[in-house]
Amino acid sequence: MASASIPEKDQLAAALAEGLTSISSSSSSDDLRALMSALAGKKGAIAGVKSSLGKVTDIEARKELGQAVNEALNALQKASDSRLRELRAGEFASQIQADRVDMTELAMSAEASRRRGRMHLVTQATERLEDVFVGLGFQIAEGPEVETDFYNFEALNMPPSHPARSMWDTLFIESDEPGSVVLRTHTSPVQIRVMQEWPPPIYAIMPGRVFRKETPDATHMPVFHQIEGLVIDRGITFADLAGTIESFTKAFFGEGFTSRLRPSYFPFTEPSAEFDIRRPDGSWIELGGCGMVHPHVLRAGGLDPNEWRGFAFGFGIDRMAKERHGVNDIRDMYSDDIRFTEQFS
Amino acid sequence: MKILFSILREMADIPSDPEVVAVALTNLGLAVEEMDIVGTPVPGVVTARINRMEKHPDAAKVTRCFVDAGDGEERHVWCGATNMQPGDIVPLATLGTKMPNGMDIARRGILGIDSEGMLCSEVELGMSDESSGLLILPKDSPLGVSPFEVLGIEHDVVFDLDLTRNRADCWGHLGVARDLAAHFGVSLNGPRVDVGSLGAEKSLPVVIDAEENCASFTVSYISGVKVGPSPRWVSSRLAHLGMRSINNVVDASNLVMLETNQPNHAYDAAVVSSFRVRLAEAGETLTTLDGQVRTLHSEDLLICNDADNSGVGLAGVMGDLHSEITETTTTLAIESAWFSPDPVRFTAIRHGLRSEASVRFERGTDPNGWVLAADRFVTILRETCPSAVLHTGATVVRTSHCPQPIDVHISVNAVERMLGIRIEADRIVAILNAIGFAAKSNGDDVTCVVPTWRPDCAQSVDIIEEIARHFGYDNIGKTVPNSTVHGRLSNMQQRRRILRRVLVGLGLDEAMPSPFLAPGDLTDVGLTEDDVLRLANPLVADESILRTSLRPGLLRSLRYNQSHRAPRVGLWEIGHVYPKSDAQLPNESEQLAIVVAGGDAETALAQWNAICDALSVGAQLDQSRVPPGLHATRSATLARGKKVIGVVGEVDPVVLDVLGIEGRVSILELDLTTLLNEEPKPVQARDINRFPSSDIDLAFVLPESIAATNLQRALRQAAGKRLVSIELFDVYRGKGVAEGSRSLAFRLRLQEEGGTLTDAILSDVQKSCVAAAEKAGATIRA
Repeated sequence: MASASIPEKDQLAAALAEGLTSISSSSSSDDLRALMSALAGKKGAIAGVKSSLGKVTDIEARKELGQAVNEALNALQKASDSRLRELRAGEFASQIQADRVDMTELAMSAEASRRRGRMHLVTQATERLEDVFVGLGFQIAEGPEVETDFYNFEALNMPPSHPARSMWDTLFIESDEPGSVVLRTHTSPVQIRVMQEWPPPIYAIMPGRVFRKETPDATHMPVFHQIEGLVIDRGITFADLAGTIESFTKAFFGEGFTSRLRPSYFPFTEPSAEFDIRRPDGSWIELGGCGMVHPHVLRAGGLDPNEWRGFAFGFGIDRMAKERHGVNDIRDMYSDDIRFTEQFS
Repeated sequence: MKILFSILREMADIPSDPEVVAVALTNLGLAVEEMDIVGTPVPGVVTARINRMEKHPDAAKVTRCFVDAGDGEERHVWCGATNMQPGDIVPLATLGTKMPNGMDIARRGILGIDSEGMLCSEVELGMSDESSGLLILPKDSPLGVSPFEVLGIEHDVVFDLDLTRNRADCWGHLGVARDLAAHFGVSLNGPRVDVGSLGAEKSLPVVIDAEENCASFTVSYISGVKVGPSPRWVSSRLAHLGMRSINNVVDASNLVMLETNQPNHAYDAAVVSSFRVRLAEAGETLTTLDGQVRTLHSEDLLICNDADNSGVGLAGVMGDLHSEITETTTTLAIESAWFSPDPVRFTAIRHGLRSEASVRFERGTDPNGWVLAADRFVTILRETCPSAVLHTGATVVRTSHCPQPIDVHISVNAVERMLGIRIEADRIVAILNAIGFAAKSNGDDVTCVVPTWRPDCAQSVDIIEEIARHFGYDNIGKTVPNSTVHGRLSNMQQRRRILRRVLVGLGLDEAMPSPFLAPGDLTDVGLTEDDVLRLANPLVADESILRTSLRPGLLRSLRYNQSHRAPRVGLWEIGHVYPKSDAQLPNESEQLAIVVAGGDAETALAQWNAICDALSVGAQLDQSRVPPGLHATRSATLARGKKVIGVVGEVDPVVLDVLGIEGRVSILELDLTTLLNEEPKPVQARDINRFPSSDIDLAFVLPESIAATNLQRALRQAAGKRLVSIELFDVYRGKGVAEGSRSLAFRLRLQEEGGTLTDAILSDVQKSCVAAAEKAGATIRA
């Protein structure tokens, strides 16, 4: 059955054609949105056709016309969506162009305003050392910087007036009993405190600040930092000491580095040794001292030398920082001069 | 300690390559600090006599010398030295000579007059480390020969050893040679001894009063002495070892000491023929060999001529000037004693007089070293004085304090337990015997006798060290202990690391100023010096006080940077402070301080908030308690009840003025012993409340006299359990708000547990908030 030709249908076709033309010629997304609300809105031509549906008496024709209205609306919407995408793309492109910044310029101003602070080179070195030793199974002990003569000397196998005390230039604190309180000359007193306080077995390192009566120069400061290691266990041997130093050497400096021990003397260890690190190029770094904990020291720490044995080692942290960053004058590290500090991230 | 290669080679058949020996020394624990080749003749340098000297009017600082080098030709040489005279014989470096420092002697001139060579000093010839002008040679020296030949200076190698405190024996060449002989497996010959035929028995009387200080005193008698110059090899060796040649007797005494580590003293036996060793009377005087008159202490030990009880030597330190050997001396009393180490050390310290003898006695000498010393003495003396005769019957007086050889037992197992490697008994015995520790084994047990020249060895662990040393540390092997301990940072250490990262994240740099302060530094920053510790022996007075606050050091660093064109620095320090306590040790604690140049109270509070957040800590801000040294109206105490854990705000402008710091400075100080040791419990999760929340914005006018926190607290309480958050989003002072008050606008976010908020509830909450605020002294802003 041929559909009845009714005037509304022609109106609809004309409105649709006109609508599609104006959609395709719209020049901005805002215009398009306004246009669409006019075309598809209640006052638009299509709405006019839709409102006249009631006047169409032929049911079939009305149905057909209603369908045509919906199709026309869909066609408009589809055309509008597609045109909107085109217009938005163009608009974003120009917005993005307008947004342009010079990233290198921003980088410069960002650096100036958002600089991260710096940790002191000694703190950085200490944390690195701690991490390596934690990885090797060590815990970290700390102790006071102002110490009694007992912990700094006597318990370390240096009774009063022991000549080896002259190995350290000691700063003394004024007290009622002159000489009884000192600024610790090494981190070794922490060994005694750990032995007294921690139940063995002990695997501990003891980083910290130490003091000597020394005039500052390019390689010495009266206040500097050491790290001490102490292992107390059953069946600890000198070979364990050498192996631990070797493990540390490889973990901290790198696989290409090796270590050696050579005989030396410290009142608190026996046998005693110096330990040196061999760089891959064959040159040596003299690093620190070590040895088997002297039986007198174990006793001072409250341990029975027949049951427990151990080793200890120690070296300077400042020198590690100095070597790592090629610092020529150690005094620069303690200048707090921002021109020095801000070099190191 | 200087050790001469030639002497070592005489004492033991060690390798001829000094480099090989240097490595061995270091591996034995006798670290070689320096190895110097000395006395190498410089070809082209010859002796020459200065015939005449002239000054040039245009060259005031140099002299024209005309010299005769024995070849009949007079040479002209410009010379900058001033210590020569016509007639002196000096070394001349002829044209074409290559000097030890690499300089080539070429024809050069001043004012158009050429120099035909160069006159030399000892330093220029590489003979010595120091000199004062030209080397002036003996008057009778032949011309045109090497000055090295004239002086008998022999080519040699000096090892400078950094000896450890325990190796007393290595202060003599013999001790070093003994270690090397054992190391290389060669026999130890010791110094050459040829005493000739001995004279009749001759014993000089000796009385020891101070038996503890002087445990052995021996006197050997030598007759037929003629005092004169030493043989060249003796003076050369002494020179290489840093001692001046005096005469054949004194030189023999010194060389014997350097070789055998036995200090000894040669007295003219015609002057001193009986000895007494006693403590000095307080106030007694003695003129030591260096010409100084020493007033003695009652603990100084004195060697006396028993004939008149007068002092002839400060025992173990230095002889008396007036008992010196003279040219007319013909008989000698050679004293070799053993003095107790500590008293010698204290005497040397008291008199500021460290001598070659005292450094040896204070480390410990061998009470049995005197026999070899006397024999070697006469051996050396006989080279220049063949008539010298050593007599039998040397006096030997020993007291009960004299060190004795010690027997020590060890076992193969004990050695293995200590070293981690099994060394068999035979090997142990061989090692010990080679270094003079007479050892024998019985199965796995080893017994040895510690020789008296090793005062450092007394117990088994000392012997094990000797075994390890000669077995070779490198041969012991490397193992790793089987640790049962779990490596970790403690809670406190982890929190300290978190804190450090928060601080650098805030753009602040870590500072590490000296913990030593000058008097006045603390009062300058508004703190007190009442509870400080002082150093008894500071390096300088400006570093004589131990800090009780990080503030002075940080502010000093801040000012330093300001004065070096860094006006806006932010510095932090985590470090110890040491306020005095009633106990022996101070109340040492770890503190944090932050200062920011150009920062204000808000800067410091933002830092405090960041730290609170990172460490899950908190404290009340108490502005009613103004911390000393801080800005009176822009700072607060951080408190937990009565306990103060820190201060926050700005530095007092008066303090900044005193220190010369420009602008405001924010400050935050925290006691870390409290904050880092806390172990916050893990926060327990709440389910997300998915019901919608609503915000109420309320603006109040609050008098300045009332803290904002009071209003906030009132609102918080009034809002009750529905309150999710409360935020101060606007502060306004000015038009529309009365003078002395400010407007504070809060945004309260509310949410109902298990349901949607109704308008009625919101309205109720708002009403009670306003009521509570009014109660707290605020008025709702229209």
